[in-house]
Amino acid sequence: MITIRNLKKSFNGFQVLRGINLVIPEGKTTFIMGQSGTGKSVLLKHLVGLLTPDEGEIWFENKDLTKLSEKEWQEVRKKIGYLFQEGALFDSMTVGENVAFPLVEHAKLPEKEIEREVDELLSAVGLLEAKDKYPSELSGGMRKRAALARTLALHPQVILFDEPTTGLDPILQRSILELIMEVKRRFNLTCVIISHDVPLALRYADQIAFLNEGIIVQAGPPEEIRRSDHPFIRKFLESALLEGVKEGNHEG
Amino acid sequence: MNLFYYLGSLFLKFLRDCGGIFIFFWQSLLATFSRPFRARLFIKHMEFIGVKSWLVVGLTALFSGMVTAYQVHHALVKFGGQSVLGGVVALTLTRELGPVLTAIMVVARAGSAITAELGSMRITEQIDALKMMAVNPIQYLITPRLWAGVITVPLLTAMANLIGIAGGYIVGVMVLGIDHGIFMARMEDMVELQDIMSGIYKSIFFGAFLVSVCGYKGYYASGGAEGVGRATTEAVVISSVGILIFDYILTTLFF
Repeated sequence: MITIRNLKKSFNGFQVLRGINLVIPEGKTTFIMGQSGTGKSVLLKHLVGLLTPDEGEIWFENKDLTKLSEKEWQEVRKKIGYLFQEGALFDSMTVGENVAFPLVEHAKLPEKEIEREVDELLSAVGLLEAKDKYPSELSGGMRKRAALARTLALHPQVILFDEPTTGLDPILQRSILELIMEVKRRFNLTCVIISHDVPLALRYADQIAFLNEGIIVQAGPPEEIRRSDHPFIRKFLESALLEGVKEGNHEG
Repeated sequence: MNLFYYLGSLFLKFLRDCGGIFIFFWQSLLATFSRPFRARLFIKHMEFIGVKSWLVVGLTALFSGMVTAYQVHHALVKFGGQSVLGGVVALTLTRELGPVLTAIMVVARAGSAITAELGSMRITEQIDALKMMAVNPIQYLITPRLWAGVITVPLLTAMANLIGIAGGYIVGVMVLGIDHGIFMARMEDMVELQDIMSGIYKSIFFGAFLVSVCGYKGYYASGGAEGVGRATTEAVVISSVGILIFDYILTTLFF
């Protein structure tokens, strides 16, 4: 479980996070939603120490992560994986080498064992055939799947997904989300997903947290969010669902 | 008011860069002692910074040696001192031109590439990805390059000295007609080991300096493709001008 208390962060005098309070339950899928540019990625980057808060606490395994040294963070990062929006694959390495990278760095396994594990991870994300390809040769969806395989290599307990479906067509969006749910079940993960996609969130989330003007305005199960009378959430849901209906009519 | 603001912000940026580069260098140096040792990466960067720069450094040295011989000969003729041409060319090359031109050519060829590569890794979040996999990015990306620079720049300098002197010999002996024996004898008389070593010591410093500047600018690049371009330009300008300034300071203080 990750507990965030009163987290604040400013950039050049502009306060992006104004006091975030959120509990991320273990083994569940939490969607963080909100308008673009409201600090969702900023919030996520605090959970892995890529940003340091001005104020507040983040508790994970009885440790306040905001007080950790860089060396202590290295241990935490083996338990909390992060999937970047564009995958952040090393473009000088093949897909196989990318997935093997964390294993070579940390697992101290013989080469054959690493090879076997890489094949297993790539099979889990359906990308074994692209093992020898370079990231530049992959489509957006394939890059995200390769990045997921690399993130899974260290067997993290938690994975943070920064807009894993952005830039993909609706079919790919769904298949990526289904893949995430499958690996979540298989590896018993806690997932935190930033997304703008309301239908997917309502379908796959255990908890949805809405971020607006630097605070979490409401967090709860999808049913509760669906019935929310908070004006921002109502507006967000209605706009998103209306968009969905328009797309449906257009396709029809 | 605007002029003061402009000069003040330039000065602050200068101070920030100086402090940043020094801390960056120090972090890279300290990371040398943390495991795992990155021998394979070190060799790879030695090849990139050193081996692949030999041609451009060699050509620069050859023509610098040749033109130096011409110009020095032109001056020496005025008081009949052509016989010391070999010594003067060798001294100029080993003490100054060899280390400085080598370092500047390495900045142009390898330093700019280091900044561009690291900058592109920064903006595509590959450096953050390294961090997320519990790998110290400075230890992985910078330390092997730092040591590759420290070792290959002096080696290239030694090679540049040799090729530059050969260039001076070609012009002095084969074109301007100075006797082979005199050219070589004066060179032996005038050049001492201390002269050669002063150039090599300087080049060790230049190797560390150029990797620190180019690495720092790329590592902290921001602002997309335009930001990477800006970082690369700044890295080349700061490294090149810095090499000339430090050359003067080091020469005055130690050599």
